Amino acid sequence: MASRSLYSEFTKGIWKENPVIILLLGMCPALAVSNSAVNGLAMGLASTFVVVSASSIVSIIRRLVPAQVRIPTYIVIIAGFVTLADLFLKAYFPAVAKSLGPYVPLIVVNCMIMGRAEFFASKHTLLPAIVDAFGTGIGFTWVLVVVGVVREILGSGSIFNVMLMSEDVFTPWVVMILPAGAFISLGLMIGIINYFKNLKAERAK
Amino acid sequence: MSFKESSAGMITVMTVVAIIVGSILAGFYQMVSPRIEANRLAEEKRAIFSVLPEAKDYVTIDLEVGEGDDKESLMIFRGVDDDNAPVGYAFVSEGPGFAAAIVMMVGLNINTEELTGMKVLEQIETPGLGNKIAMEPFESQFRGLKIKPAITYIKNKKPESDNQIQAITGATISSVAIVKALNKTIKVLMPFILEDIRNPVVIERQVEEEAVPEPKEEEK
Repeated sequence: MASRSLYSEFTKGIWKENPVIILLLGMCPALAVSNSAVNGLAMGLASTFVVVSASSIVSIIRRLVPAQVRIPTYIVIIAGFVTLADLFLKAYFPAVAKSLGPYVPLIVVNCMIMGRAEFFASKHTLLPAIVDAFGTGIGFTWVLVVVGVVREILGSGSIFNVMLMSEDVFTPWVVMILPAGAFISLGLMIGIINYFKNLKAERAK
Repeated sequence: MSFKESSAGMITVMTVVAIIVGSILAGFYQMVSPRIEANRLAEEKRAIFSVLPEAKDYVTIDLEVGEGDDKESLMIFRGVDDDNAPVGYAFVSEGPGFAAAIVMMVGLNINTEELTGMKVLEQIETPGLGNKIAMEPFESQFRGLKIKPAITYIKNKKPESDNQIQAITGATISSVAIVKALNKTIKVLMPFILEDIRNPVVIERQVEEEAVPEPKEEEK
């Protein structure tokens, strides 16, 4: 049972229980910093680091923490890792830290991370907790990168900061890099995915 | 009731967790803060040389501006060429933007009364719109811009005079914030810059300071 379920704990975060497109968790960073592929990738990786680290620690100390104060304890741990990530980015990747701005400290309140700590890590041993958190982090990252790529192509005419078309050929749709563009692209993406999921379910009947 | 479920247990767990997390963060901060500070200084240096392209070195001049409660400590940077002759002045200008304060480095050629460059150092304007103020097409408009009588802006049209810039479409507030901040800072700092030209503050060149061995070492 162990190996099969470990694998499914990992993959469920990527697709079946994807934090953004299925559970609709962590929408704030998913909407706010998915305006370019690089920002989406950086935010995804920073969040993955935090969710994996926080879930590991929560899983290790899960028997020591009284139920009444578990939430504040988890928040302190998450905030600690977020601050580490923030300082690390500022020291070694100042350009990335600058473009993400205040959204790095805001990872603290990403409910996807709290969700993994509360619903999974606090009830499981270390290995499944890490695998589950890692799958969730990857699931979060790929959605942010896909939304970021779509918005960057349509909104800035570039991909990973490389210009695709000159502005004479293609006028960027400014709306795509605005908050409205985030709602439009993420909404359509979730809609399309749900359409095909329903279609598959119909056929299975 | 076990110790874990008692109030004392809760307080103990919270305190221990907070102390451990706090110590780790303090330690990590100690470790990386020199690097963060070095990044900041390197950026300052890069910014000064980019707004004063003719400068080979610069001298930092500390100023006390204003009186009483309005007193502020400011800095201007005198850019000098190889012969230590001043080529222009750089200074930091700051003003309220759309989201938060915008901080920029500005270079000024005092003889031609033109800006020699502008570089945004800090901003958290709307990604994709306001943050274009920190990109080359916008920043380059300030190169050679006349500061007299004042810097002005125009929307959706090419600038009509040599003291005018074109505001970014969809980010007028951010663009105007920069123009306002620049005009204000120039007004405040101009007397000090003119004073420095008349009576240059003599400070050893920074490069030499590092190169010349300190004779004072022996006295210690």
